Amino acid sequence: MCTYATFADKIAGSAKGPGTPWMAVSDLTVYFDHPVHAMAGHTLNIDVTDPARGPSARVALELTADSARRLAAAITAALESVPPELRAG
Amino acid sequence: MSENLTARTIMISGDSGDRIEAYLARPDDDGPRGGVVVIHHLPGYDRATKEIVRRFAELGFNAICPNLYWREAPGAAPDDAAATARAAGGVPDDRLVGDVQGAAEHLRGLSNSNGRVGVIGYCSGGRQSVLAACHLELQAAVDCYGAFVTGTPPEGFPLQVQNLVDQLPGLGCPLLGLFGADDRYPGPEQVAELDAILTTHGKEHEFHSYEGAGHAFFSVDRPSYSVAAATDGWERIAGFFGRHLGD
Repeated sequence: MCTYATFADKIAGSAKGPGTPWMAVSDLTVYFDHPVHAMAGHTLNIDVTDPARGPSARVALELTADSARRLAAAITAALESVPPELRAG
Repeated sequence: MSENLTARTIMISGDSGDRIEAYLARPDDDGPRGGVVVIHHLPGYDRATKEIVRRFAELGFNAICPNLYWREAPGAAPDDAAATARAAGGVPDDRLVGDVQGAAEHLRGLSNSNGRVGVIGYCSGGRQSVLAACHLELQAAVDCYGAFVTGTPPEGFPLQVQNLVDQLPGLGCPLLGLFGADDRYPGPEQVAELDAILTTHGKEHEFHSYEGAGHAFFSVDRPSYSVAAATDGWERIAGFFGRHLGD
């Protein structure tokens, strides 16, 4: 199915894809729906974008549900492993 | 069948007269030919959808797929356009109807048109195909596993679309529905509900649910592809459009 399930937020940072320069990103979209490329019926998809630069200013991930949970756990573990003062901002 | 065809990207007038991109494929003869509006799935106006458009031309129909994301992402790659449209909240129902109307009018204006036009959509486009057929002058509609034509989104489900139950009395043409028996959206209970509602309203319809097939069984580039379901489905689509869009 097309789940239409979409969660969006504002972010600050930079992203990079293969063969392209780094770019500043300002927007995050996370959704669980059909992938474009991954060999699965549905995946957890993450887009980090700079809408001001147009639709192609996007770095994307399509992860199986298990992979997405591993990514989320790794992100949380990495953040919690450092002194709180380093996590400001 | 048409051995020779021409396919090209064009601009058409969509909802509110907006100029939007569309992919048009036509048999290379003088006709007369029926027309098919193809509504792409949520992942966009992509290569696989354009293959479907060309297949309809090979089957002997003029066929067109409007790029529903042109306004948000003109000229973008299909995946980037789909991501942009999703982040912007998706395609509003009234705009979809206007874009399909523009595409149908373009088909009827072709020199080899017989004036008869049908619509077909896949996945989210399946729901949109039914939506368009409830509001436009069309001769046939096909719903390929569109979720939320009927049914209620689960509790807490962050869905931005509504079902079409209150609009089904307006369905103005025969409807062919093709579903996977293993699909959950729409699940067999939603398909049965749609069947019952259309029967109650006296609407001509023909449904087929394929055992062993789930969602998106027509998608040749995805693991959900089902040879048996897709092969039979294409035969039923060709027969259905042949009956309703032919002279």
